[in-house]
Amino acid sequence: MSGSTAKKVLFEPVFTNNPIALQILGICSALAVTTSMKLSLVMGLAVCTVTGLSNLFIALIRSQIPSNIRIIVQMTIIASLVIVVDQILRAYAYEISKQLSVFVGLIITNCIVMGRAEAFAMQNSPGVSFLDGVGNGLGYAVILIAVAFFRELLGAGKLFGVEILATVNDGGWYVPNGLLLLPPSAFFIIGLLIWALRGWKKDQVEAEDFKMSAHNVKEAF
Amino acid sequence: MLEHYLSLFVKAVFVENMALAFFLGMCTFLAISKKIQAAFGLGIAVVVVLAVTVPVNNLIYTYVLKEGALAWAGFPEVDLSFLGLLTYIGVIAALVQILEMVLDKYFPDLYNALGVFLPLITVNCAILGASLFMVERDYNFGESLVYGVGAGVGWALAIVALAGIREKLKYSDVPEGLRGLGITFITVGLMSLGFMSFSGISL
Repeated sequence: MSGSTAKKVLFEPVFTNNPIALQILGICSALAVTTSMKLSLVMGLAVCTVTGLSNLFIALIRSQIPSNIRIIVQMTIIASLVIVVDQILRAYAYEISKQLSVFVGLIITNCIVMGRAEAFAMQNSPGVSFLDGVGNGLGYAVILIAVAFFRELLGAGKLFGVEILATVNDGGWYVPNGLLLLPPSAFFIIGLLIWALRGWKKDQVEAEDFKMSAHNVKEAF
Repeated sequence: MLEHYLSLFVKAVFVENMALAFFLGMCTFLAISKKIQAAFGLGIAVVVVLAVTVPVNNLIYTYVLKEGALAWAGFPEVDLSFLGLLTYIGVIAALVQILEMVLDKYFPDLYNALGVFLPLITVNCAILGASLFMVERDYNFGESLVYGVGAGVGWALAIVALAGIREKLKYSDVPEGLRGLGITFITVGLMSLGFMSFSGISL
């Protein structure tokens, strides 16, 4: 394993092949936690840990897993890792784990974890698989944090709970936009992020279903 | 009593819509919403699976996993709630499998209509999410049944509505980078905004 491939495996999923923006994986469980930077950071870390470790363990036993029950084996490994993460959060960061509520548990059904285990860890050596898992976790965390940045800054005038824009309620000038703390805003921000990402990397643009024909009828006037 | 259940149902369908308020089941929600027919089949499958798994997980939680739940077996101080996640996902996978066999034997029409969507439902986060919400909110058996059906109906409603919009949307002239996934997200955002207006309703 040379240095350059390791770097490629680790960083490619962050921008070039981002799991959320391009592969539509794993949007499910975590958008609800993007109302604050702190929650998203913890959630991103949790997902990174789970994808990295599950890839590592599955790669370690990949040649022992009988192929017809592999999904169940993968599921069990992932579920056990998520339980560990959940218990650790409960023990050391109880407040945060209360706010994350069911979404830590939902990492199990996060398609990124399962997808990487199935697509990458079953064919590659443990070291590379671990990096691939961490890379995909990072790609996921980057999007979460980007969404949370806009939602918390514009919705509450804060970042990590520290006031950046002084809000009107505290005698400042900024009128917070409450919509950004509600679920719809996360969809808008992701849509716009995808637009920005595809404007930057043109090859990710999807083909049109129908081509508009040119307007060739003479105007009435 | 009936009012309580009705209010819970309405809340699960509209106010706390699985897809639009909690972002659950998003992957399938975006992937299978290109055609109304497929979306409808998937929606029905989700309703059926949720209506079965949530009450069953509720029974397992109350009589096996909850702190002190094993008192009937003579272990009053055992707390197995940390095994919850593993159990729920196992139950869901097993039930989906059983449901598939039952449908195949007794309702072949429905089975053919659902097709590949049935096994896919195992990894739909809306299913596991509903079970976890049930545990977190301490629903009893009746409430969990109503909640399961309600959450399923809400999800089905959302995916059918989105499929309807997308079928029309494919004829529209969307800016290049926004085509496909981008515009779908914005559409879902607008739908979610619409569902927000239900949030004050309680019966």
